[in-house]
Amino acid sequence: MRLLLLYSTVLRGGFRRYATYRVATVAGVFTNTVFGFILAYTFQALWSERPRLGGYDEAQALTFVWIGQAMLATVALMGGGFEEEFQQRIRTGDVAVDLYRPIDLQLWWLASDLGRAGFHLLGRGVAPMAVGAFAFDLALPSEPSVWAAFAVSVLLAVLVSFAVRYLFALCAFWLLDSHGVSTLSTLLGVFFSGMLLPLTVFPGSFGEAVQQLPWAAMLQVPADVLLGAREGGDVVAGWGFQLGWAAVLFAVGRAVQALAVRRVVVQGG
Amino acid sequence: MVEAIRRRAAVFLWGVRAYGFIAGMWVRSTLAYRTSFLIMATGNLLTTFLDFVGIMIMFSHVETLGGFTLAEVAFLYGTSSTAFGLADLFLGTFDRIGTRIRDGTLDTLLVRPVPVLAQVAADRFALRRLGRVAQGGAVLVWSLLRLDIEWTAGRVLLTAAMLVSGGVIFGCVFVLGGAFQFWAQDASEVQNAFTYGGTTLLQYPPTLFARELVRGVVFVVPLAFVNWLPALRVLGREDPLGLPGWVDLASPAVALVCCALAGLAWRRGLRAYRSTGS
Amino acid sequence: MGAAAEPFLEVEGLEKVFRIRRRAGRLRRERVEVRAVDGLSFTVPRGEMVGFIGPNGAGKSTTVKMLTGILAPSGGRLRVAGLDPSRERVELTRRIGVVFGQRTTLWWDLPLRDSYRLMRRMYRIPAARYRENLDRCTELLDLGPLLTVPVRQLSLGQRMRADIAAALLHDPEVLYLDEPTIGLDVVSKSAVRRFLADLNSERSTTVLLTTHDLGDIEQLCERVLVIDHGRLMYDGALAGLHEVGESERVLVVDLARELPPISGLDGARTLRTEGPRQWLAFPASASAAPLVGRVAAEYPLVDLSVQEPAIEDVIARMYAGRTG
Repeated sequence: MRLLLLYSTVLRGGFRRYATYRVATVAGVFTNTVFGFILAYTFQALWSERPRLGGYDEAQALTFVWIGQAMLATVALMGGGFEEEFQQRIRTGDVAVDLYRPIDLQLWWLASDLGRAGFHLLGRGVAPMAVGAFAFDLALPSEPSVWAAFAVSVLLAVLVSFAVRYLFALCAFWLLDSHGVSTLSTLLGVFFSGMLLPLTVFPGSFGEAVQQLPWAAMLQVPADVLLGAREGGDVVAGWGFQLGWAAVLFAVGRAVQALAVRRVVVQGG
Repeated sequence: MVEAIRRRAAVFLWGVRAYGFIAGMWVRSTLAYRTSFLIMATGNLLTTFLDFVGIMIMFSHVETLGGFTLAEVAFLYGTSSTAFGLADLFLGTFDRIGTRIRDGTLDTLLVRPVPVLAQVAADRFALRRLGRVAQGGAVLVWSLLRLDIEWTAGRVLLTAAMLVSGGVIFGCVFVLGGAFQFWAQDASEVQNAFTYGGTTLLQYPPTLFARELVRGVVFVVPLAFVNWLPALRVLGREDPLGLPGWVDLASPAVALVCCALAGLAWRRGLRAYRSTGS
Repeated sequence: MGAAAEPFLEVEGLEKVFRIRRRAGRLRRERVEVRAVDGLSFTVPRGEMVGFIGPNGAGKSTTVKMLTGILAPSGGRLRVAGLDPSRERVELTRRIGVVFGQRTTLWWDLPLRDSYRLMRRMYRIPAARYRENLDRCTELLDLGPLLTVPVRQLSLGQRMRADIAAALLHDPEVLYLDEPTIGLDVVSKSAVRRFLADLNSERSTTVLLTTHDLGDIEQLCERVLVIDHGRLMYDGALAGLHEVGESERVLVVDLARELPPISGLDGARTLRTEGPRQWLAFPASASAAPLVGRVAAEYPLVDLSVQEPAIEDVIARMYAGRTG
């Protein structure tokens, strides 16, 4: 009970902290909107040549673009979450102090990252989506139940995204160049999440395969829920897919962390 | 007058030299951990290609995009990516200036006898950023092999000039973005809209975009001079705005103007910092 | 010797005004003027070692930033070695050394030796002189084993020594030190102090030392400048400062056994006792030696130490002494 209270305090702290970066939020919204326009025009050209590509009509494809921009910060596809600070603590050795605290390292960072994601969903999600809806004809659902299902899927997407970023951040224990790791993580995330192009457009068995990777849980699945491309049982299956990856990656993260901790203890930092 | 110009030139050359030895030190220290560096460099090189794979997937569904073939889009992609990669290699750490202002480490640069611009630019010089240049170059070469262009001396010169001035224009955007942070320290992400956003925009044919957007990158933020205008000339196509032909050759001049503006903005920013110290 | 009398640092009516935008209410913002430095004047001759003290926010670091050319003054006149720091900043950098205390000027991720090599190239230090200076600093500051270590792995004390060496490689005529002994253990502290004293006497480097530790000043500086609210409050010897403020030092004595409070010693009074330990206050301007001698003669003395008064206390007493 006390622990729960502690984590909820950390979570609220994460939310509030990002809420204070007002200029950064406006700057981020601006950038998301610019990218939204660029991608929307290319998608428009693509779908005007091939209507129904990837199972979406043009309005759905454009909606996909703006869902992506609205969720980009929330699922931290291009970084900007807890990982920078975490890696900094690993690099400076401060992480050793954290390990002695009577809290779980992974859950602590998760709580803080959930708070951040909550703020980013509101602060960086709503505005680009509104601009997108104003400038293009989007296919947004009107049923509250779809939005509710989408909200659940976004939460699960943040969990998977956190677990993946945690793993990449742990590399800082072994690799010197943590900036390189972040770039790598970003490039993989942008391509395999569907941010660049919906995964349903990817050809053949390659297309099938990429939809089974954890990055698909970060954007493709929530987007399909909101676009109505997943309905009924498919929504639940989507949640299951996300939850499954979250569980697996959390477990792997803990195992890798245990290895890293042993290294810290042995080498003394 | 002559004396003032000579002094400016001396400061500039000294800045370039200082950039060289600071960057060199970073390279040496990276190479000391060879495995770490090799993993990162290869990883970055391979993953940057994913970006182009996205475009190839698009073309697996269509013959042309906005009237341009894959080889033509690859030419745009290659020129944009190479120019951006060059700027990113040399000036990519400029977005850290806000952090430096906030934690006060900018002060330590001001008490050294090396232009602050050179110190900021060379800080954390990372050779792995060559990955992007290499990728852009590879796509460019691939497109040249598939394009049916008659290579006159003029076209070769135009392409070379395009890459250099494109890199310079992107570099100016980095410096401008850095200078902007003297006033708005948390706004580093705005820069991404023009750098990463810019290079993404220029990878696609201008025919895809609304005319207002194209006009904006010609007249307001002159990114169209990075590759669009000269590349359309090389490809033998009309630009969608119907601008006069000499505009296609104006990239080097635009790059020079950008340098002057970026230099001015940087000086202004540094002066503002030195009077407010915040 | 005529050159020594000529002022090396000249500060006349120096001012720095910051305009800060403060939130007033939910959306409204108002502009507030803060006078961080407000008509400061002093001169320092070449080769002098001066303590620069004052409470937090008194304007010390703003003044040092103006002296180094980082900040441009809002008013007044400023000369360092005959140069205008703000206008001739780059030229001045070759003639000054700065140690920022909390922030390192070294490259966090590079081994110490690489940081020094970069310094050598930036300041264009001739190879022979560089080697000589580095060897000297390495020996006196005990840096030998640290040269191959990345800066981020150095302890606070090691980093401070490394930073001091970095600031001296190009033979600066003046050295600005910001809290050089903060957070250091006793051994590092005395090593740094000894090094600075030697530097000043052998090379007659002018030193301006900002500190919270009166011990630094006592052992190094003949002269102290006290500033508060951006104004000069005192300029003179440390002993004089003690007189002005009537501040006290405290002699802590450990006796062999618990005894009633020590009394009857001229000029000293017992502040408190705790078992065999007693605290005796005596004027800071007086020497501790006679008092120690008398305590040792009359009481079973086991151990003793002297506590310096805190700078804030001295300054507070200074105000009290002026008004009262």
